[in-house]
Formats: sequence, structure tokens, C-alpha cells
Amino acid sequence: MAPIGTLHYLVIAAALFVLGVIGVLTRRNVVIILMSIELILNAVNLNLVAFSRIWGLHGQVFSIFIITDAAAEAAVGLGILIAFFRNKETVNVDEIDLLKW
Amino acid sequence: MQPVATTFFFYFLSAVTVISGLLVITRRNAVHSALALILALIGQAGLYLMLYAPFVAGVQIILYAGGIMVLFLFVIMLVSIEQSLKEEQFSKLWVVGLVSALALGGLFVAVYLKGKGIFPERVMIPPETSNTQEIANYLYGNYMFAFEIASLLLLVAIIGAVVMAKKRI
Repeated sequence: MAPIGTLHYLVIAAALFVLGVIGVLTRRNVVIILMSIELILNAVNLNLVAFSRIWGLHGQVFSIFIITDAAAEAAVGLGILIAFFRNKETVNVDEIDLLKW
Repeated sequence: MQPVATTFFFYFLSAVTVISGLLVITRRNAVHSALALILALIGQAGLYLMLYAPFVAGVQIILYAGGIMVLFLFVIMLVSIEQSLKEEQFSKLWVVGLVSALALGGLFVAVYLKGKGIFPERVMIPPETSNTQEIANYLYGNYMFAFEIASLLLLVAIIGAVVMAKKRI
């Protein structure tokens, strides 16, 4: 069996990324779409950490910044979701059409 | 001579991560999705440990599996899930979304098949005990400005979340 190299981790990260994109594009529930975005951000983190094994610790520092970003994004996104649910009583993205003419 | 345990744990952890990721996007109940996402994040923390990144693994578990997922579970309980359980879970254009996502996956496969040779075979094995210290050196040295901007971003996010979720300002 081949020894585990950088490419193995990149392939796993790509699989997670594609799963996240499928979730964003096909689901209707906003909460699950936000979770899929977390999956995408995690795939990027895995790439950065895998490359940090070759080119030094900068990748790990950047993955910490991305985790910070993900926390901010989740907080604001879920706040918007609560504000929206209070007005429209739905969590489905295709019924969120206030800005559509 | 490659140790067997590395290979075994790599495939085990990636199977846990990918299967839980698959469960996240297919479950009907949002709570089940959230629990599967926690499992995926923990599996990924294991992968970070295998990549000699113990600090990022710890941050992943504390911040993601501990913090962000609690936020998700609270919001799932605030928005009622009973009615959304009975509804259609996938949008009307799900075929288009699936095809374009799989096209993106095919692009990844093509790129990795073509560019297999450009990644160096030789990898550094950094010392694990001083990992946190070195990350701190980078964070408070090279990346000082970005670090401060990140704290500003968190402040903005806190204010934004409170303003959004408050009934009347």
C-alpha cells in the first residue's frame, strides 16, 4: 500500500469540499446549508494543514484565522436566520424571496 | 519502512469524516445532521493530529465541536423543526446542483491526476511539543496585524448577531 502523502489528504479535502457544495446547492433547509458551508471551510483547513507539513507553519496559522472566520459567519448567519424565522415562519431557502421582484 | 498504524488510522479517520459528511447533507432531521457534523469535525481533528498539528486539532475540537455546534443546536431548537420535517428536503433544481457539484469533483480529480508529481515527497516532521509555541510566535510576530483584524471581525460579528437576533433595538 502506498505511504500516506500530501495528495491523500488533498483528496479527502476535495471529497469534503464536493459534499459541502452538493449540500449548499441541493438542500432547502437554511440550517443545513450553513452546516454545508462549515464542511467547505473545513476542507480548506485540511488543505492548509496538509501543506503546512511541507512549507512550514504558516498554513496552520491561516487555518486558525479561517476557524475565526467560520465562527463569525455562523454567528451572523444564524442571527439572520432567527430574524427571518420570526417574520416568515419558514426555514426554506426557496421561500425566502423578499428581494426578488 | 512505513508503519502500518499510520495507514490504518488515515483510512479510518477519513472514512469517518467522509461518511459523516455524507450524513450531514442527506439526513432529514436537522439535529441528526448537526450530530453527524460533530462526528465529521472530530474525525478531522484526528487527521490534524496525524499531520503533526496538535494545536489546530485542539482548536478544532474546542471551537468547532464545542462552540459553533452548540450554536447550531440552539438555533435548530429555536426554529421549529416539526413542520420542516414534513416538507420536501431538496430544492426543485437539485439535479442541476448535483450535476454541477459533480463536475467540480471531476475537475478536482483531473487536477490531482495531472498534478500528482508536483507535491514534494519529502515532508517535514516538525517537533510536536513546541507546535503551540511556534504558532504563537507567528501569530504575535508575522501575523500581528491579521490577528488584530480577526479580533475586530469577531467584535463586528458579535454586534451583528445581537442586532439581528434582537426583537426590538
